[in-house]
Amino acid sequence: MRAIRRQRLYLLLLMLGGVALAVTFALRSFNENLMYFFSTTDVVDGKAPADTLFRLGGMVVDGSVERPGDGMMVRFDLTDYSKQVTVEYTGILPDLFREGQGIVSKGKLNTEGVFVAEEVLAKHDENYMPPEVAESLKKQHKSTEVQ
Amino acid sequence: MNWQEFFAMGGYGFYVWMSYGISLVVLLINFFLPVIQRKQLLRQLQLKQKRNKQS
Amino acid sequence: MRFYHRMASPPHFYALTEKLMPWISVIFLLMTGYGLYLGLFVAPPDYQQGESYRIIYIHVPAAWMSLFIYVVMAVCGGIALIWRMKLAEVVLISSAPIGASFTFIALVTGSLWGKPMWGTWWVWDARLTSELILLFLYLGVISLYGAIEDRKTAARAVSILAIVGVVNIPIIHYSVEWWNTLHQGPTISLTELDKPSIHVSMLIPLMLMATSFKFLYVMAMFQSARVEIIRREQNSQWVKKMLEERA
Repeated sequence: MRAIRRQRLYLLLLMLGGVALAVTFALRSFNENLMYFFSTTDVVDGKAPADTLFRLGGMVVDGSVERPGDGMMVRFDLTDYSKQVTVEYTGILPDLFREGQGIVSKGKLNTEGVFVAEEVLAKHDENYMPPEVAESLKKQHKSTEVQ
Repeated sequence: MNWQEFFAMGGYGFYVWMSYGISLVVLLINFFLPVIQRKQLLRQLQLKQKRNKQS
Repeated sequence: MRFYHRMASPPHFYALTEKLMPWISVIFLLMTGYGLYLGLFVAPPDYQQGESYRIIYIHVPAAWMSLFIYVVMAVCGGIALIWRMKLAEVVLISSAPIGASFTFIALVTGSLWGKPMWGTWWVWDARLTSELILLFLYLGVISLYGAIEDRKTAARAVSILAIVGVVNIPIIHYSVEWWNTLHQGPTISLTELDKPSIHVSMLIPLMLMATSFKFLYVMAMFQSARVEIIRREQNSQWVKKMLEERA
């Protein structure tokens, strides 16, 4: 490789390195804002903002979904398998909303520590399989649990 | 499985077929636009060549 | 080295694209036909998302292509800047609109998938936002090349933009791991290729479609590279000869 070409190569690598470094620092300082949602542990530990809208993510606790009253209001618990937060929501739920499903909701904490949501989005996992396979996996899981 | 069921996609027909339709249109444009552009360009250059020869 | 120079010469590349096109087209059509047949008719519905998950056969291959093509462009940009190779410039600039299209398709199909499943067309999470930035990078390359009159300067400018923009690629890829996002984690990860989180009956059509999109990229890139080559070489002997043969 001729000297001039090597020089160009070094210049390019230097440039790329510089940009990568700048972006890394920028992302680190924006890290908080890039988090799309808070976990339920964050909320229980008081890390989530009070009095402002924020997003809360977690799994819908099995058997926690109830509809108190006769309206559209739904109440359920969210968990990240360590701490739980109760959520209240009035409105249409996405098709994927069900017990055991991960969701992200936007809303505010009220004075009793209940999260009053104005939007509920379902978060699905990266697994894709036929219903029969899911069913047999579930059975397998149960039988190992019994043992 | 009948065709009606197939097109309904379990109630998600709109979303599924819109996805496939939009993708098809965009990809067809990607392939055929440069073919048209090349033909136009070649015609243009041919005209230019003819003019240059005459002058 | 001689072979490399011959391959990289524009007339030779032009002839090569003409020769390869029918073969690539046939492979592409067969693969796409079989992939779509398996994906739309044979593959079972998903246990959670039912039939709606079939958008995956467009969405995921398009998203992969959007990253892949950008990396190709950045590599071409490097080659163009260091070795001043004309063909690399041609491949770079011909790839940009195709990459932009695949990015657009990934965003639109993702939106059409997000509405019924997540409950929203769009969220500003790290994955979706970084993919949108990728679309702007592609559009930036296209408009920068169009804005500069002098070809040499234009090629140099877009090479630099392509190389600098490549830092966005790992950000897109790792966004779902570095930050909490609404978008789920990777189904097929390079570090765990042996155990993808997708059933084999759904994986095979996905891989077929991913491969067929690679062929589609090569086809579309060849087509647009031919226009670019003729435009650049319009005063050269071989183009003049070709024009005479056509007439």
